[in-house]
Amino acid sequence: MENRLIATSSPHIVSQDTTTTVMLDVVIALVPALIASIYFFGITAAVTVALAIGSAVGTEALIQKITRQRVTINDLSAVITGLLLGFNLPPSTPWWIPVIGSFVAIAIGKQVFGGIGNNFINPALAGRAFLMASWPVQMTAWVDPGSVDTVTAATPLALLKASQENLQPLADVILGRIPGTLGETSAILLLLGGAYLLYRKVISWRIPVTYIGTVALIAFITTDFNLTLTAYHIFGGGLMLGAIFMATEYSSSPVTNKGKILFGIGAGLLTMIIRLYSNSAEGVTYAILFMNVATPLIEKYTAPKVFGIGGVRK
Amino acid sequence: MNKAGLTFKGGIHPLHHKENTENKAIEVAPVPKEVVIPLIQHIGAICGSVVKVGDYVKVGQLIGETKAFVSTPVHSSVSGTVKKIENRPSPVGARVNSVIITTDGEQTIHESVVSKGKLEDLSADEVKAIIRNSGITGMGGAGFPTHVKLSPPLDKKIDLLIINGAECEPFLTSDHRVMLEMPDKIINGTRAVMKALEVDKAVIAIENNKPDAIKVIKEAVKVFPDITVAELQTKYPQGGEKSLIYAVTKREVPSGGLPMNIGVVVQNIGTVVAISNAIETGIPLVERVVTVTGSAVREPKNLLVKIGTSFKDVIEFCGGYSEELGKLINGGPMMGIAQYTDEVPIIKGTSGILVLSKQDAVRPEPTNCIRCARCITYCPSFLQPLMISKNSLMGRFDEAEGYNAMDCIECGICSFVCPSKRPLVDSIRMAKKEIITKRKKS
Repeated sequence: MENRLIATSSPHIVSQDTTTTVMLDVVIALVPALIASIYFFGITAAVTVALAIGSAVGTEALIQKITRQRVTINDLSAVITGLLLGFNLPPSTPWWIPVIGSFVAIAIGKQVFGGIGNNFINPALAGRAFLMASWPVQMTAWVDPGSVDTVTAATPLALLKASQENLQPLADVILGRIPGTLGETSAILLLLGGAYLLYRKVISWRIPVTYIGTVALIAFITTDFNLTLTAYHIFGGGLMLGAIFMATEYSSSPVTNKGKILFGIGAGLLTMIIRLYSNSAEGVTYAILFMNVATPLIEKYTAPKVFGIGGVRK
Repeated sequence: MNKAGLTFKGGIHPLHHKENTENKAIEVAPVPKEVVIPLIQHIGAICGSVVKVGDYVKVGQLIGETKAFVSTPVHSSVSGTVKKIENRPSPVGARVNSVIITTDGEQTIHESVVSKGKLEDLSADEVKAIIRNSGITGMGGAGFPTHVKLSPPLDKKIDLLIINGAECEPFLTSDHRVMLEMPDKIINGTRAVMKALEVDKAVIAIENNKPDAIKVIKEAVKVFPDITVAELQTKYPQGGEKSLIYAVTKREVPSGGLPMNIGVVVQNIGTVVAISNAIETGIPLVERVVTVTGSAVREPKNLLVKIGTSFKDVIEFCGGYSEELGKLINGGPMMGIAQYTDEVPIIKGTSGILVLSKQDAVRPEPTNCIRCARCITYCPSFLQPLMISKNSLMGRFDEAEGYNAMDCIECGICSFVCPSKRPLVDSIRMAKKEIITKRKKS
């Protein structure tokens, strides 16, 4: 009977969760915002997101095939990258933008560094940064939700920066009936997705809460304690999508609890510095990318205190 | 989920799987045709055999002895004839020198087995001597010789004894049944250990998924104001020594140190029962309660088994294998040791035999670490298992040591919660081994 027994070391039982179930939870959390995006921006939103997902998954499979690795598209991580990249595009973008963006995101943002778990920056944001640098016009062609023409409109943050006049009603800003990228507009549904991820313990509260909290605090101070304008800063741009879904990306954010808090505060600070003092109205993408790069350093200085070293812990 | 009760930080709530055996009274397993009694069953020095092939031995007779301090003598669990003395597989790993006895079924008790009298009439040193001479070791798993734990250096003042009735490993119910069925022995054994340690306070700590045991023990300690019952939150590894002490006292065992450094000694439920027996009837540690359970055994049971009985005999008494066997484990599913044969003996530290079907035994293929940080979130030692593992797998053991690999208690939580099914504990164990080797060299 010796040959029939498996003699691996303990533990002999493991949880039911797999990488795929974790990623599936993220996809589920993004679905409400996706539906809102299609509702507000029409079928082109669905096409753009589908192209982005298709390109991301296809690129991952192709690279893994060529380099003779195990093809791991079933873990759904490429689906999330595609979905998030699509969410970061304007509604009226030409078809090749999502395709190229996802290719860059997966090929350069993720696979060259060793695939899932090894990317040091958020792949979707890497793809977005590449697109913004290469095709700035196409990447900022904002339109009003529901408008059939492609008359460009200004995002709430752009209005905020320019004159603080003709701002969209705050209710529309929170619901998502505003110009912006496909997935960032509906703050309320992104929050719903975030609540689901917290409930499922896929993300911790630390990055989203400290990130949004820091932005809120700085906005409150710099708007001379104007709650309404602060609300525009919180709900009007990419902060919800960034803080809940992009900054929490596992590979490129700290694994330590204290590190997550530092990361959130840092991203919040940088976002507001860019929004307030640069030519750009929005700063979420570069703020997160910068913090991604700082992650190993943050981890180094935020290691948890081992049991039995801290003395009596209350 | 019951959030009441004392607890520690970190930890997980795996499915209990205790329902198969928790309501089954302890049955006495039949005396097998043959027993294999290893001459070492714990950390420490191996005993020399004091019997020869052909000798007739009786129950409780000394068969292995050593002068080393960190060791305990070994006794026969049966009456019969010594058939062989040779190396045999042990359930904790290597092959060890073992006394093989063909039983005669009479179970004649050896003359040396006589009551040691009343606890009141014994001194602390006498109690310690009885514990050592009765071959008593920790019966919760690691199996450290009990008298060593009861002999702290003079500068270490012990002020509290904790009796570990947490039984946090899934599947296992032997301590649970002992608490329900032998509360008086638990109290007697606890009082004996209190005497040996000269402490005036003991706490019997039980997880709150065993309300019946809490009730029974609370009833039993009523007449002893110096013994109290602590209700623990049900969470793995609540029964780990460090987690248990923290839950009860909020004291942390220092990194690299022992419970005695913070004035605490922990004993397992089974151990204090063995101590009670050794004083009351004089019988050394020759039998123990074992939970036999899992998906591939026909009739899961709690059994009182003679030390040295093979896993095979015990499983046959439980109706045999119900489906294709995948894994056979000495202990529980989180920290137990997988066997490569069922012809290994039950030893003093065997709290359970877990019999898993092929389907339940296959470990899933690992994939890339996604840095989800679950291993950090749930680690009861506040380590970063992913970092230790990554360095260990690349052979960077100094870095692994820098991430405090030596503080790992190998509870298995990191591997359990890992969605990528990474071999975290495996690689941390490897790092610990390398670090110990390196420290010995320098």
